[in-house]
Amino acid sequence: MIRTLLLSAAALIALPATAQDIAITNAKLVIGDGSAPIEGGTVVVRGGKVVAAGRGVAVPAGIESVDAEGRYVTPGIVAAFSRVGLVEVDSVTGSNDRSANRSRFSAGLDIAPALNPMGSPVAVNRAAGVTRAIVAPGSSSNLFAGQGAVVDLADDMDMVTRPRALQFVAFGEDGSAKAGGSRAATFLLFREQLLAARSYARNPATLAEWGNDAMIQRADAEALVRVINGTTPLFVRVDRAADILNVLKLKGEFPALKLVLVGATEGWLVARAIAAAKVPAIVSPLSDLPDSFERLGATQSNAGRLEAAGVDVSVGVFDDDDAHKMGYTTQYAGNLVGLTKLPGASGLTWDQAFAAITSAPARAIGMEGSIGSLKPGRVGDVVIWDHDPLELGSRPVQIWIDGKRQSLTTRQDRLRDRYLTPEEGALPKAYER
Amino acid sequence: MMKGVKGGLLAAVSLALAGCAATGTEAKSASDKPAATATADRPVRFDKNPYPSTYKPYPSRLTVVKNVTIFDGEGGRIDHGSIVLSSGKVLSLGGPDMDLPTDADVYDGTGKYLTPGVIDIHSHLGDYPSPSVEGLSDGNEATGPVTAEVWAEHSVWPQDPGFTRALVNGGITTLEILPGSANLMGGRSVVLKNVPARTVQGMKFPGAPYGLKMACGENPKRVYGSKGRMPSTRMGNMAVDRQTWAKAVAYKKKLDEGKAVDRDLAMETLAGVLSGEILIQNHCYRADEMAQVIDMSHEFGYKVSAFHHAVEAYKIADLLKKEDICAAMWADWWGFKMEAYDSVPENIALVYKEGACTIVHSDDANQIQRLNQEAAKALAAGRRMGMQISDEQAWTWLGINPAKAIGLADKIGSLKPGKMADVVLWNGNPFSVYTRPEKVWIDGALMFDANDPKRRPVTDFELGQPGEGDVK
Repeated sequence: MIRTLLLSAAALIALPATAQDIAITNAKLVIGDGSAPIEGGTVVVRGGKVVAAGRGVAVPAGIESVDAEGRYVTPGIVAAFSRVGLVEVDSVTGSNDRSANRSRFSAGLDIAPALNPMGSPVAVNRAAGVTRAIVAPGSSSNLFAGQGAVVDLADDMDMVTRPRALQFVAFGEDGSAKAGGSRAATFLLFREQLLAARSYARNPATLAEWGNDAMIQRADAEALVRVINGTTPLFVRVDRAADILNVLKLKGEFPALKLVLVGATEGWLVARAIAAAKVPAIVSPLSDLPDSFERLGATQSNAGRLEAAGVDVSVGVFDDDDAHKMGYTTQYAGNLVGLTKLPGASGLTWDQAFAAITSAPARAIGMEGSIGSLKPGRVGDVVIWDHDPLELGSRPVQIWIDGKRQSLTTRQDRLRDRYLTPEEGALPKAYER
Repeated sequence: MMKGVKGGLLAAVSLALAGCAATGTEAKSASDKPAATATADRPVRFDKNPYPSTYKPYPSRLTVVKNVTIFDGEGGRIDHGSIVLSSGKVLSLGGPDMDLPTDADVYDGTGKYLTPGVIDIHSHLGDYPSPSVEGLSDGNEATGPVTAEVWAEHSVWPQDPGFTRALVNGGITTLEILPGSANLMGGRSVVLKNVPARTVQGMKFPGAPYGLKMACGENPKRVYGSKGRMPSTRMGNMAVDRQTWAKAVAYKKKLDEGKAVDRDLAMETLAGVLSGEILIQNHCYRADEMAQVIDMSHEFGYKVSAFHHAVEAYKIADLLKKEDICAAMWADWWGFKMEAYDSVPENIALVYKEGACTIVHSDDANQIQRLNQEAAKALAAGRRMGMQISDEQAWTWLGINPAKAIGLADKIGSLKPGKMADVVLWNGNPFSVYTRPEKVWIDGALMFDANDPKRRPVTDFELGQPGEGDVK
């Protein structure tokens, strides 16, 4: 057994990452499935996958062992709805692939080639403990935004965990603006495009017959066929209570749809209907302002009330900066725990809150068997934190993704170090690095 | 500084004969009544405070909070402390041995924390309210790069639900509402007490100095460059600013010499800056641009009170310290535009380390609800790089420092005897994510109590809507 002290291990991060067999011992171990932290826990990762996690787990002979010294050890955070990897600087259009606003395609768009694993937001979000992200294309000029992916935030060039993992569409005010100015147009356009895709699936020649009158293009039709048959989950941005009910009704005509609600700001008003439909919801939980007429009922208690009604709730960060600030995920989850102390408010227990940023988003996108927890068989995405990961300013001290130890150094760290003393020294700042 | 007595607010201003008919009423005498016509030997006076505060503190009771951890807002801390609030003011505070009145409302603060009410120096509540709709979007008079003549208070919608959220979730008791940053000189700010009122005058902080919002960098050059007009570059930004200041210096000279001038609302504001009555609140991200602005302030003889956003303040923290300019910053916003690319999470701590005036601000209707959490993140970043900063020292970022930068350090921002009793009782350490305000007093009046639904404000806009009176 090779014993590695925590701090000396951190010094190794500059080495190229290779999958390690590793055991992390003496952990306050969080599995991520909603169970309570396990004191004195051990997690073992071999071949990039978790093989065992719990109390009393033996450390296999001959593998590296890291003593967590009682610190929290958790699965990496899963950003439930984000644009990580699509944007470097929002206002610099060439570096911003969030939305394909002038494309003639819609549902067929696939963000995979737009992802930049070397972008600085990947490193900054990783250093905040985010190891996986559900990345959706931004809403564009067309109703369907296109196909998102599940990605990892590792320090390598292979970012995509699952391509075409979701289709994204916005209903409500946003969808209405695109479809022709009314929710009536949104629902009709949605239905007609899905029906056209279904016709195409039955007989691809129909598309050619329709010619210029086609509602849809081939690539878009192929993507929507996968939505209709439930292969691709359909993430639906929707906030108004009435809109949520109408979206749930879509399963009447398209029963195989795998719906995931995004936003669901007024979801608490129709929580039982959402729970009965067994549709998960990804909420941006601190959105509490009536900032539009479809969000009049906004409250921070939304997540807690949905959970209490039996809805599978994930916590995301998307009514904020959805490309750069996935580190807010833990802060938002922590706030939900704080709400449990506030008279009249609904929140989540710590265990629920942590599950809402790990296993719940994994389940929403149908990958609970491979990401989002430290159960055996899941990817070896493991974080050792300096203290309670939901507390403010808590940071990872070590991270593994797919069993590979990751760099935690960011461009921001380099800038900070250069200006620890702002005055120039013997040479200009440009020489200090 | 402006004084609370109206007569003291009247300044002698000569107005040119031409055009004066349209500007006001005939002067009856050389008394301090506002008037707008003048002759060379009889200067005209105008009212510097024509939209005066009508804010009145709500009734307060003799109040004691005891056995509580106190951050006093100036870096002091009292464990197992007590505070007495009387007649809207802080009467006294001290340790466990302090004598307490027997006829007061007494609250036990065991396990809780007490701080001065949080001040946000950078807010657009009311000017860009919720709901975020075109009909209520009143924050940028983006029709010309210099609109020093507009006043933010004339846009504030007092029914913005954001005010109430900032109170109950963030413990915000005072906030400065600024015009947006589309313009180089965006207009006057207004400082508000976070007490709901029918009118903005009913929220105005009595006796607060005005500010002038300025902006450098990408926003003005983008907004006007895209309209094919000046400025479209940073050098254009500076040129328009300098030409305007040169005009203002000449205008003020005429005022000082008692010469006749036309009333010019923009010039009156700029003259107020040059005379030190109006405080410059300057949106500026990049270190090199802040240095340019500092030179410009020397060129024309004014002082910048605070740089806002100041994403690169850490690169020139020594210069900010030397010039006695505050930096009002976010904890971690970055990457949304080029001038926000070099953001570091240690910015706030590095400015503090250099000894410059350090402020945490929001510029956001959501983050104003948890400025304490933003400060906590900045504090943690500082500690991670080895800085020894206590919780009570970090509270100066939300306390005395923003109070100083808006010219109100003698009234708010710390818990000192005689200061306004703007106080938050937190249900735990306010630098923990698990903590929320339990009670908020403004001028000694209990304006929020988490345990009492009747002490939870509901704006007109939310009355009769889904979720009315909810915890939010």
